[in-house]
Amino acid sequence: MAAITTAPGTYDEVDPNTSYLENNKGLMGWLFTLDHKRIGVMYLISVLMAFALGGIFALLLRAELFTKGQTLIDAETYNRAFSLHGVVMIFLFLIPAIPAALGNIILPIQLGAKDVAFPKLNLLSLYIYVFGACFAVYSMIHGGVDTGWTFYTPYSSSDPAHGGVGTSSSVIPMTLSVLIMGFSSVLTGVNFIATIHKMRAPGLTWRRLSLFAWSLYATAIIQILATPVLAITFLLLTMERFLGLGIFDPRLGGDPVLYQHFFWFYSHPAVYIMIVPGMGIVSDLIATFSRREPFGYMAIAMSSIALALLGFLVWGHHLFVAGMSEYATMVFSALTFLVAIPSGVKVFNWIATLYKGSISLQSPMLWALSFIFLFTIGGLTGLFLGMLAVDVHLHDTYFVVAHFHYVMVGGTVMGFLGGLHYWWPKFTGKLYNESWAIAGWLFVFLGFNVTFLVQFVLGSRGMPRRSYDYLPQYEFLHQISTVGSWILGFGFLLLGAMFVRSLLNGRPAPRNPWGSAALEWMTPTPPPPYNFVSDPVITRGQYDYHLATDDELYEGFDDPLLSHKSRKGGVDEGKEDA
Amino acid sequence: MSTATATEHASGDGRARPKWLLHHFDTPAQQFGTARLGMWLFLAQEVLFFGALFVIYSVFRASYPEMFKAASQQLDKIMGTTNTVVLIFSSLTAALAVNAAQKGKRHATSLYLLVTIACACVFLAIKFFEYQHKFDAGLLPGPAFKPIDEHLVKGLDLKSNSGSFFALYFMMTGLHALHVVVGIVVFIWILIRNLRGNFSKEYFTAVDITALYWHFVDLVWIFLFPLFYLI
Ligand SMILES: [Cu+2]
Repeated sequence: MAAITTAPGTYDEVDPNTSYLENNKGLMGWLFTLDHKRIGVMYLISVLMAFALGGIFALLLRAELFTKGQTLIDAETYNRAFSLHGVVMIFLFLIPAIPAALGNIILPIQLGAKDVAFPKLNLLSLYIYVFGACFAVYSMIHGGVDTGWTFYTPYSSSDPAHGGVGTSSSVIPMTLSVLIMGFSSVLTGVNFIATIHKMRAPGLTWRRLSLFAWSLYATAIIQILATPVLAITFLLLTMERFLGLGIFDPRLGGDPVLYQHFFWFYSHPAVYIMIVPGMGIVSDLIATFSRREPFGYMAIAMSSIALALLGFLVWGHHLFVAGMSEYATMVFSALTFLVAIPSGVKVFNWIATLYKGSISLQSPMLWALSFIFLFTIGGLTGLFLGMLAVDVHLHDTYFVVAHFHYVMVGGTVMGFLGGLHYWWPKFTGKLYNESWAIAGWLFVFLGFNVTFLVQFVLGSRGMPRRSYDYLPQYEFLHQISTVGSWILGFGFLLLGAMFVRSLLNGRPAPRNPWGSAALEWMTPTPPPPYNFVSDPVITRGQYDYHLATDDELYEGFDDPLLSHKSRKGGVDEGKEDA
Repeated sequence: MSTATATEHASGDGRARPKWLLHHFDTPAQQFGTARLGMWLFLAQEVLFFGALFVIYSVFRASYPEMFKAASQQLDKIMGTTNTVVLIFSSLTAALAVNAAQKGKRHATSLYLLVTIACACVFLAIKFFEYQHKFDAGLLPGPAFKPIDEHLVKGLDLKSNSGSFFALYFMMTGLHALHVVVGIVVFIWILIRNLRGNFSKEYFTAVDITALYWHFVDLVWIFLFPLFYLI
């Protein structure tokens, strides 16, 4: 087809004994690759860079809040730091982190496919993401934004240069950046739904789909249906700032609350773009590391879809105090409580899977268990905020900050790191040092809780969010939180060093280091360019540990031909051993 | 999970693998179905994209019904109607192009594609003259709204906040026109590929999904036209 194709046409043209890393070496082989694994790896590098940048802003914020009054930076800089922390973490890291990076690498392998449905769109989405990120960097060089990641109008849309009363910071490049990266997110969503529908290997029925694939399917629905609304909102915001359209600015006859409705119509579902794929990873991890078929497989799968759909009906809970009909607030509050049902279904099913499972506490599993614990706290505190009367007190306080960090870091980041640890040997072909991994997990887990648990207390006592200064009674808790951020930062440094060491001189990884029964572990490590040596035909489910032989349960599933030669039903009490 | 060993890939059943069948697909039917599904999914996001604008339109219209009524009289119904007819006709020729491509009639396909492209250009030309008139008359978004009486159509008195109406008018018809431009570019590319002989009875995917996109662009106009020009 096109001239830039470097992935060869058929199996005849590609050597299944070379890995995707060795095939087509050289910079051009990477930049113009159509191989989903390489695109995923490039995405992974990009989002990790964004994560580091967002983390630096976070450390800066926490350091400033260590003492009352000015500690390090002035109030102006502080406003920019928290805005950039939010924008970078959400739009450059959390949204693409799991689907576009890990999903890209693993999904087609889990489906037994050679590639995603539209490899060129996949590469295009990477370049659109990078292009959008350039706008964000441009904005940051010009002072960044001080609007918060929410860009509320009219502060963001009313430009003093045109006689407005809003911020003079560099809003337009930043909103354009988010707008552009939105297209990349949509393309990923379109690609994944088409891939899951059309590219599954023979025998891979919907009921045999991995729970990670189900979660990416649900995520893609949100990416396709929610992102365009953000695109149009930010386009209008940009035009309003540029030309003074009069859509959102009340001085020009616009409606600022309308902006909030549109913004949250995307940004609430976007929370599920971030968390649902994390839940998918956790479902896979729990099955692998407790050697059990997930309890209530279909319930977990369908709860992902339910979250995706319910997520569209609850945006109003962000506007309880913004000026909305009280009947509307009641409906939004009730609908918000409904979200707890699919979330609860997932948590209970994970715990039921663990019950009497043969649990091995290897590093990926530690992240999965942390996810369950922290996400439960994050989810339950969300219910506080969904209650109308309680929200009036807690709105815009540190309680909200703590709540969404428990969901976004306790949930998404834990899921992301769990997936990264789990699949790392598969796509790099290298093992990492397990002791370092566990030490890193310990610091991150402790540091995270020290940082954010106290923020629930701060918020319930009335500490407002996004505030540069505070009353003396909050100082001690702020100091605990800041010390926590140092522990957290150290934990991430440790993990970074561990992964770099693994790349430089890690031992080569075996085909199936975790003894998983899932399809991605049946192919060589690292996988060949077309993922499998020959087209796989699926004869049983991803989690059929109960059909496994004793050997497989204890030794792991290494030889793909062994597992269906001697199959034995009903082995369900594989004991944890050695 | 087990994987039985080699099932042969698509070329293994004795038939040669057609060169338009991409590397990661097994059968032409799979490739065609995937492309169509992809376009439908893309259109789903387009529905939400324009849908958001229609919601904003409804909110403003409900807030300022008098202002909308007066401002809407400044739009040229004759040009709007002509454009509607032109666009619906181009949808017909796009559908005929697909039909001809399915039957492998290359020349007919080229002809229909050409007519479709021509109609799209006529649409844009008319749109250009409409925009030009609005600029001359000072009927512009937001604070730029400074109507010049001699260029105005006689009718109800314009309200001073009509800038919001023209903001929506330019945003919505402008984004629609952008979609028309994209359609023209893609149709030209399809036309070139057709002239090169890339398509056949077996492979006409690109013609098919581009026409699908084009029908959507028409459909958006079918909503825009009455909302701005008629009611
Ligand atoms: Cu929400």
